Amino acid sequence: MRVSAHRADRVASVLFHFAGWMSVAILAGIFIMLLLNGALVFAQITPLEFFWGFQWNPAAFETPHFGILPLVFSTLLVTFGAMLIAVPLGVATAAYLAEVAPVGVYRLFKPFIELFAGVPSVAVGFIGITVLAPAIARIFGLNNGLNALNGSILLALMALPTIITVAEEAIRSVPDTFREASYALGANRRTTLWRVTLPAAMSGILASIMLGLGRALGETMTVLMATGNASAFPNGFFDPVRTMTATIAIELGETAQGSTHYYALFAVGAVLFGISMLVNILSERIARRYRYKR
Amino acid sequence: MSMRLLLLCTLLTLVLFGFVFWDIASKGAGALSLEFLLTHPRKGMTAGGILPAVIGTTYVTLLTALFAIPFGVATAIFLSEYARDTRSTRLIRAAIRNLAGVPSIIYGLFGVALFVQGMGMGPSLLASGLTLGLLTLPYIVATGEEALRNVPESYREGALALGATHWQSIHSVVLPAAMPGMVTGSLLGLSRAAGETAPILFTGVAFYLRYLPGSVWDEFMALPYHLFILSTQHHAIHEVRPLAYGTALALLGLVILLNVIAFLVRMRYKTSR
Repeated sequence: MRVSAHRADRVASVLFHFAGWMSVAILAGIFIMLLLNGALVFAQITPLEFFWGFQWNPAAFETPHFGILPLVFSTLLVTFGAMLIAVPLGVATAAYLAEVAPVGVYRLFKPFIELFAGVPSVAVGFIGITVLAPAIARIFGLNNGLNALNGSILLALMALPTIITVAEEAIRSVPDTFREASYALGANRRTTLWRVTLPAAMSGILASIMLGLGRALGETMTVLMATGNASAFPNGFFDPVRTMTATIAIELGETAQGSTHYYALFAVGAVLFGISMLVNILSERIARRYRYKR
Repeated sequence: MSMRLLLLCTLLTLVLFGFVFWDIASKGAGALSLEFLLTHPRKGMTAGGILPAVIGTTYVTLLTALFAIPFGVATAIFLSEYARDTRSTRLIRAAIRNLAGVPSIIYGLFGVALFVQGMGMGPSLLASGLTLGLLTLPYIVATGEEALRNVPESYREGALALGATHWQSIHSVVLPAAMPGMVTGSLLGLSRAAGETAPILFTGVAFYLRYLPGSVWDEFMALPYHLFILSTQHHAIHEVRPLAYGTALALLGLVILLNVIAFLVRMRYKTSR
């Protein structure tokens, strides 16, 4: 009995260590696989053509072009637009929930926001096609509303729950002594919020914005459905765009394994992976810099 | 004044969220029925129901659970109960946090290269299930670890003081106490996987199949992908719009159901203490 208990203990220990290291192996595996497959594209085109190419046209009959810049620019444009909408709305909502909302209101709103975080991106993209696109077309007098603006609005919706949740936590974690000191100096609630609490929570709020940004950057189905997917270099929010994620989603199915195009898509994936890792790491750094002990 | 501005922003956010739910619910309700859920599509998917998509999503989500839950829970136990705070465990934690932020289409690429082509599984339920499993894993690890950390240290010390081995204390004392939190986390992770489209696009989901999948090596139809093709790829998009709304509502219903169950598990646990 005792012997078997100790043996079980050892077996368990080995198994759990194995599981932990497997996670690292998976992350490393994803990274290496993307990098290797992506790097193979440079056997056929130069890095300059890829990283500094202004044209993405892999199916061209004569000379296909694999310039990643229009894709990167599309992704940045849509994400930037999304952040313009989501940051003020999200931070204001977080501030309301953390500092102003009565308990009853909070209990009503909070689960609703958490539930929206679970809405599949394909459903949000669907709304972009059926509701938002016709609305944008009518308001701005366009032929169709499948453009960067549409994608930005939808991505803002998708990034909002992340921003709200993380920013709310950051605002809540500001010690009450800060607020009390401010009140004691005669400041009212509004001044306290804007001049004391929010600045004190700034690192957490920035981290929430970075996380929301990461979410928007990597979103696939929403932009695939709602942004029109023209691979020309976009000129603004009323142009259709084709993001990095959408390009992979559209083209991977129709490329032969081992072709230049196939490897180029992995290279796009590697760039996307790199950008999202960078955003993640930055958000962690920022969040760690000023953290209050609770 | 400025407080009212905050309330206004909050209400705007909630109205936007609410609109998505309301639009899908109100326009999908007409199409959604038991018959819709339980019959095959007919006439080039312009009529009939979504049974194969419902079954496919159920199968692939079960496969995801089969892979991600044991593995995720084991990793969580390792991190919370075995790992000391060393450089290597910090590396593991960082790896898992970053895995959670990797865009889902990247998992799709990885699934294609590793499962579909590398291991020769071809596009199949198994390849998709494994890909979604990888996607869900970090989420289950993170929530599982948090649930384990919320178990008071005195529980472990009590078990050890009674002569239990490390593993006995984990399996008969710590795990039962952490169970509600783990169940909640796993359900939320699975609800996310069930709604994902990008990772299954190239790893096994099919436009239309006449037969239900018979084994894990078969391709399958899935609710999110079905919604995608009905709204963008179908030859008669406007004609099938009501079906698309019905599919969207079914998908939303599934996700909400999983979320509500997770919520109830959490609530029950809170009140029982």
